[in-house]
Amino acid sequence: MHRPASATVDWKALREDFPILRERVHGRPLIYFDNAATTQKPRPMLEILRQYYEHTNANVHRGLHELSSRATEAYERARQRVADYLGAANAEEIVFTRGTTESINLVAQAWGGKFVRADDVILLTEMEHHSNLVPWQLLAERIGARLRFVPVKDDGTLELERLPALLTPEVKLFGFTHVSNSLGTINPVRELCEKAHAVGALTLVDGAQSAGHMPVDMQELGCDFYAFSGHKMCAPTGIGALYAHAEVLDSIPPWHGGGEMIVSVMLEKSAFKKPPHRFEAGTPKIAGAIGLAAAIDYLENIGRAAIFEHDAELTSYAVERMRELPGMRLFGPRGERGAIVGFVMNAAHPHDLTTFADQQGVALRGGHHCNQPLMRRFGVPGTTRASFYFYNTKEEIDRMIDILGDAVRFFS
Amino acid sequence: MNVELEELYQEVILDHSRRPRNFGELPNATVVVHGDNPACGDEIHLAVRFGDDGSLDDIKFTGHGCAISQASASMMTMKLKGKSRDETMSILRTFHDLVTGDDDMPPEARKLGDLQLMEGVRKFPQRVKCAMLPWRAVEQALQQTSGEATISTEVEDQVM
Repeated sequence: MHRPASATVDWKALREDFPILRERVHGRPLIYFDNAATTQKPRPMLEILRQYYEHTNANVHRGLHELSSRATEAYERARQRVADYLGAANAEEIVFTRGTTESINLVAQAWGGKFVRADDVILLTEMEHHSNLVPWQLLAERIGARLRFVPVKDDGTLELERLPALLTPEVKLFGFTHVSNSLGTINPVRELCEKAHAVGALTLVDGAQSAGHMPVDMQELGCDFYAFSGHKMCAPTGIGALYAHAEVLDSIPPWHGGGEMIVSVMLEKSAFKKPPHRFEAGTPKIAGAIGLAAAIDYLENIGRAAIFEHDAELTSYAVERMRELPGMRLFGPRGERGAIVGFVMNAAHPHDLTTFADQQGVALRGGHHCNQPLMRRFGVPGTTRASFYFYNTKEEIDRMIDILGDAVRFFS
Repeated sequence: MNVELEELYQEVILDHSRRPRNFGELPNATVVVHGDNPACGDEIHLAVRFGDDGSLDDIKFTGHGCAISQASASMMTMKLKGKSRDETMSILRTFHDLVTGDDDMPPEARKLGDLQLMEGVRKFPQRVKCAMLPWRAVEQALQQTSGEATISTEVEDQVM
């Protein structure tokens, strides 16, 4: 008999690892449903950060002293940990960045600056976060390249029927999100990558909402670039990574210049390191990388498949209960989806709902979620969004439903 | 429900947000100001007809937004209709102090009438922009004196 992976995990006990979940907000117990914006941090990760600063802290790659060796070793071990976690071929395919946004900017500016020419096409989708739109707009403006977009259907999935017309040989790169941060839609990454490769385009996957939520394997997905943020998966803010296929990464010229990324520097000219260090100018976020590796250990210990099952069950429970509420419009696909539910209610504007819920301890997000074009596509100025993680519970969802019910009575 | 919520969303405010007054087009408007709050997608289109002496003979608005911005616009238009430019500026400043200040309510706030009820916004710094959007529009209308203008709660940098 199939026993779901999530059945073996004591989810309630995991909450104890997150001291912030005992916080009170406006006099009420915190219910944190803004996990798509950032997740909370577990004690084991925080403990490793503290240990690093108390026993290891030094700059990397250039000190000849003991602490510098320890810090360098821990930093490079963290890179290996990320590589293993993503199923990269080796650690050299992992560039540490500040997060998804910086990763995408690196690709748009350094790769795009070299390989994209006037009239070339970058194909994106209507559901992209601003971080996977604006860097490409800047590139297109600079180079004279064109942008195209795969439309989104009413059910929140991509209009894949349009792909043959959009994915033509002028397309140099197809960039799309793995999981939509507003709709929860999970895109068929492998299929999209295969289709893009068939016309000679590279692929970039925005993994901000997938890296900490489901098993993700680069060999299986088959993408050329995968960008993600640590802070959305239990790691500190300010650290993330870009995975790039070794062959592709080797072909990209330096982006930011400075220390750490050079072999030798003369006054007029310099020689640069090989990837990934070529792309890590200046002192990197060493503690952040080590914290990211610790977060990965923590998540792997639970199991990503288990986390996905747990969150999927929570999400379908939330969707089912939200349908009970009057004047409720839910966004996103009906079937399998990420742990994200966007909604609007006739009774109140998203900002009023969010303020109302916040005052009772429930952290939701109201607004456009850095998805202004997608909001326009659905004809709403914004939505309210509840997004879940493995430490959330059905009881918390019940509480949210009660509060949304109160909001209907209060505002209408 | 807590006290802050009840103070923010007083019954009068909710009533204005549900049934905004002076909502609609204004034929023969002297100035139309389009205001938007890109952070939340709220929009107001404020139309003012100035009299020969520069007073606000008529004022109406359309658009969409949260309860706070809608109520603020509705109550504002009621308050400002027929007021002179100087009176309008004075009310605008008083209202701004009301929703942003840390001090006790200024004595001149009494002349705001029902608008005083928006004092609850003080405790919600993220919502001040919602309350101020229609007022920013009217401020622009006074400067503009004729034609159309666009304002935003976020300042756009034009370097490109």
